[in-house]
Amino acid sequence: MAVVFKKPHALTDAPFHYCPGCTHGIVHRLVAEVIDELGIEEKTVGVAPVGCSVFAYNYFNCDMVEASHGRAPAVATGLRRSLPDGVIFTYQGDGDLAAIGTAETVHAATRGENITVIFINNAIYGMTGGQMAPTSLPGQVTQTTPYGRDVKIAGNPVRVCEMLATLDGVALAQRVTVDCVKNVNIAKKAIKKAFQYQMEGLGYSIVEVVSTCPTNWGLSPIEALGWLRENMLPYYPLGVYKDIKEGGENK
Amino acid sequence: MAEKVLMKGNEALAEAAIAAGCRHFFGYPITPQTEVAAYMSKRMPKIGGTYLQAESEVAAINMVYGASSAGMRVMTSSSSPGISLKSEGISYLAGADLPALIINVQRGGPGLGGIQPSQSDYWQATRATGHGDFHILVFAPSTVQEMVDLVSEAFDLGDQYRMPAMILSDGMLGQMMEPVVLPEASDKPLPEKPWATNGTRGGRPHNIINSLYITPAELEQLVFERFKKYDEIKEKHQKAECYLTDDAEIVVVAYGASSRIARSAVNTAREQGIKAGLIRPITLWPFPDKAIKAAVPTAKQILCVEMSMGQMVDDVRLAVNGAKPVSFYGRTGGVIPTPAEVLDQIKKLGGVE
Amino acid sequence: MGKITIDENVCKGCEMCVNACPKKIIALAKDKINAKGYHPAQCIAPEQCVGCAACATMCPDVAITVER
Repeated sequence: MAVVFKKPHALTDAPFHYCPGCTHGIVHRLVAEVIDELGIEEKTVGVAPVGCSVFAYNYFNCDMVEASHGRAPAVATGLRRSLPDGVIFTYQGDGDLAAIGTAETVHAATRGENITVIFINNAIYGMTGGQMAPTSLPGQVTQTTPYGRDVKIAGNPVRVCEMLATLDGVALAQRVTVDCVKNVNIAKKAIKKAFQYQMEGLGYSIVEVVSTCPTNWGLSPIEALGWLRENMLPYYPLGVYKDIKEGGENK
Repeated sequence: MAEKVLMKGNEALAEAAIAAGCRHFFGYPITPQTEVAAYMSKRMPKIGGTYLQAESEVAAINMVYGASSAGMRVMTSSSSPGISLKSEGISYLAGADLPALIINVQRGGPGLGGIQPSQSDYWQATRATGHGDFHILVFAPSTVQEMVDLVSEAFDLGDQYRMPAMILSDGMLGQMMEPVVLPEASDKPLPEKPWATNGTRGGRPHNIINSLYITPAELEQLVFERFKKYDEIKEKHQKAECYLTDDAEIVVVAYGASSRIARSAVNTAREQGIKAGLIRPITLWPFPDKAIKAAVPTAKQILCVEMSMGQMVDDVRLAVNGAKPVSFYGRTGGVIPTPAEVLDQIKKLGGVE
Repeated sequence: MGKITIDENVCKGCEMCVNACPKKIIALAKDKINAKGYHPAQCIAPEQCVGCAACATMCPDVAITVER
């Protein structure tokens, strides 16, 4: 028998600090597998965010930079403009990317900054204990929307891929999820494409991964996958929002 | 021998940065520093460098953080309100031990304040350019030539000690034209940066640029080590010009633009028989307390002159430590004190009416 | 014919693999507690494993190695 599945080289031996069943771990692994398959570990520099994945710099074997909250696209821009043949990616959550870092996100995207962005959307602030995120759903109960998110008071969620797809600098904007084997495989293809587009110099690519937060949703990991399918996917439809090579309105 | 050219402070500073090997500039427009960015936008593309106008000061300083992580010699420039926005990023640079050059062409504050020259960001520069226990190197030129000369020193010391450096200029020095000898482009190689995150090429262990230390003892230890470095800098790199201080009874202390006015007042006072002198701090952090202490024995009175309500005077008082009376004269809000006003103060202190 | 190896010390007992296994041959070891304080997952009928790697694909902690 031969080994057909093992930890990718681009991940360090450090065990993840994430809660049981948190899908961050799956996405970390997919990014690392893509780095392995493309043979780019030695020229890749990753940028970690503030939020649950703040320790991502401990998990990847490539060089890593820890950014301040929301500024990962700006830090990645500085790296991009310094390392012409480097491969630069950011790994960001919904608060980091779509609240405090919205300006950096939009402008890196519209500049066509040649970077790859992995965006984890789990509709909640995990690290601080479950407050409303910019992507929390209407009616969703969080620590800071204890009566459910009232859009008249708290405003509406942000659909990031739809918004960024309108910008000229974006090469790829795709929303995926990791709730089952089939979707994990689709997510990996999207992440690989996002890195390949960068290597071809096509511009900004973003893969939004609709993810779970079992702990702060108050559900078991398996129940959380069900909640994601029933509640998040209708609001955040999966699909390709922009793909400058293969064309791309949604689905 | 390089020839003298007539240049604006802001532009001379930018050209000096290029001569010092800086090839990355990230900025955001704000008066009265705009010439620095405009000059860079003209020059950088011609020498294979990067000029990028960011979406905000916040983004610009974080681009600096990224480029510095990659090991580049990198700078940004702004003016007072913009430095406030950059302060988050400066704290992160300090916390990640990253060198970078930050220019503050000061204007009046607080808030939007005004656009005329001021020195009211002394506290910000030397005490709190962001949250946390840290210092940055702060240089205060008083002429366009000195602005040029301090740029390479700021880059070099920043690299040597792995920390951010600031040139604390102001709207007057930035806008002023003076003859200047520009430095020759340096051909000495920039220092090696084995800590940079520029790819693990050849498979070295991965580098991490980070300011997060969750374990209190670990963070404390790191801050202790940084402060040891700061002590070494205080010992080795204080800089001040002492002008007519050997026998001075009235010692004026002033930096940057206000030191030019103070010098003129000191000269007039000497003509009128008053033993006045000037100490001009060139480094504001480390503050040149040795120069101040050396002037204390002959001094009867010490007068601090600033374009603020009195900020550096705190450091002067700490250095004098109660040995002699320290008084203050300043104008603020973009108003520049006149030599006559400063002379009046010197005369009063000297008992001459 | 396949074989999975679960790193018991890394496993957090989240049951994502239990849920993903098409053969339903993974279960938490209720009689064991690992260093992290979790019941680790284990393969309860190794002879039925086909090495499809569904478990490893869904494992958030990269705790599973698959052979085939």
